[in-house]
Amino acid sequence: MTDDHVYLSLAEEHGDDTRWAFGTGFEDPLHGVDTTLPAGVDADELAALCLALADDALVAAQRLAEWVTLAPELEEEVALANIGLDLLGQARLLYARAGQAEGKGRDEDALAYLRDPGEFRNVLLAEVPNGDFAHCVVKLLLLSSWRLAQLQQLIGHADPVLAAVAHKGVSELTYHRDHAAQWVVRLGDGTDESARRTGAALAELWPYRAELHAAAPETRNEVEAVLAEVLAAARLDVPGEDATVPAVSGRSGEHTEHLTELLAELQGVARSDPEAIW
Amino acid sequence: MNTVTPLTPATPPTPLSPPARATPDAARAAAEAVRDPELPMLTLADLGVLRDVRLEDDGSVTAVLTPTYSGCPALAEMRADLDAALRSVGFATVHVRTELSPPWSTDDITAEGRRKLAEAGIAPPGRAPRRSTGPIPVTLTVRPDSAVRCPQCGSPDTEETSRFGATACKALRRCRACREPFEQVKEI
Repeated sequence: MTDDHVYLSLAEEHGDDTRWAFGTGFEDPLHGVDTTLPAGVDADELAALCLALADDALVAAQRLAEWVTLAPELEEEVALANIGLDLLGQARLLYARAGQAEGKGRDEDALAYLRDPGEFRNVLLAEVPNGDFAHCVVKLLLLSSWRLAQLQQLIGHADPVLAAVAHKGVSELTYHRDHAAQWVVRLGDGTDESARRTGAALAELWPYRAELHAAAPETRNEVEAVLAEVLAAARLDVPGEDATVPAVSGRSGEHTEHLTELLAELQGVARSDPEAIW
Repeated sequence: MNTVTPLTPATPPTPLSPPARATPDAARAAAEAVRDPELPMLTLADLGVLRDVRLEDDGSVTAVLTPTYSGCPALAEMRADLDAALRSVGFATVHVRTELSPPWSTDDITAEGRRKLAEAGIAPPGRAPRRSTGPIPVTLTVRPDSAVRCPQCGSPDTEETSRFGATACKALRRCRACREPFEQVKEI
């Protein structure tokens, strides 16, 4: 880059027509990484694990992106978009790894844009439609506490690529979970109205933990301990488990109609011209 | 490889030897001078994302980069800029490898990089938190801020206004003494 100004640098010759603007011309996010599958790693298991973690991140990132222009204040909008961007970055690396492990020639775009809802493996909590801001931070607390615990355990995974993606993700998720937890405390221990709304969001979303624990039983104790600590600081009662959640399992490819709607928006442009170069 | 290691001596002249300008020193200097697209006051060397520059036996050059954040859109731009910089000093074949492990930390920003950030009005990061292998404790209050000085007036009396700024790597802060808002590269 010859010019110090990032936007002026866009106008420079890049010698590559596909990179027409900053951040475009996406290539393999694992470009230049040693992607040899180590001996002793089951390729199918690795592909399934990476795909599930990528789907959780992509769907959650899309819900966070829906907050842009709608968040209560500009700083919060920037925060939610940043958290979504971290998750999107994790999803890209994980899709690329899943595609390599399954060996069917699918790249990150094929996995993100060209699969139908029944092929997605994200947990249902990630696809729950957005509600008010209390709902947003309660959902983020549940998802990020669970994802942080999973990623931290995956730092020791036998596949060095997944282990490295997890290691990097831990620092990012620590910020996400703290951000959500601090908002839950502020709202739960805030005004009557903010406490009422946060309690209502908790009551609705709390039973979705069952699917999180079923998908990653090894993280259950840690997640429950974190949630109990946050709720106590927020002076919120631990809700009952009696709210109705859909009797399907996202990890098995069973989803609500909300995922279909979300993917229609997320995939629409890419599917309208699958051969296009972005 | 965790650190930038000394370059191996130039290979003896062979029919494959690179043109005269394409020396190890030239490669190192060209790669180190490439600027970060989002923090253009910093070079890749200042930022600590350039982990190695080495000549291969076949006369090509390999540069090793590590990403800052998983979703950082600047990585492809950095790679292209590195490629162009190394070609401009005479290397016909340039490999840019990406190294994911160990992950980049703001502790990798050099002292020179920290000075340049402060000069540009961006507070440099404090020490990144040490992590054990056990569960990471949740932080329920805004962290104590005394370590972050205002890059305008130098006062330590500053507060965090948002942990997330215009790019993934920055937080927003405000100085209580001179009232100026400023950005800080947040610890990771």
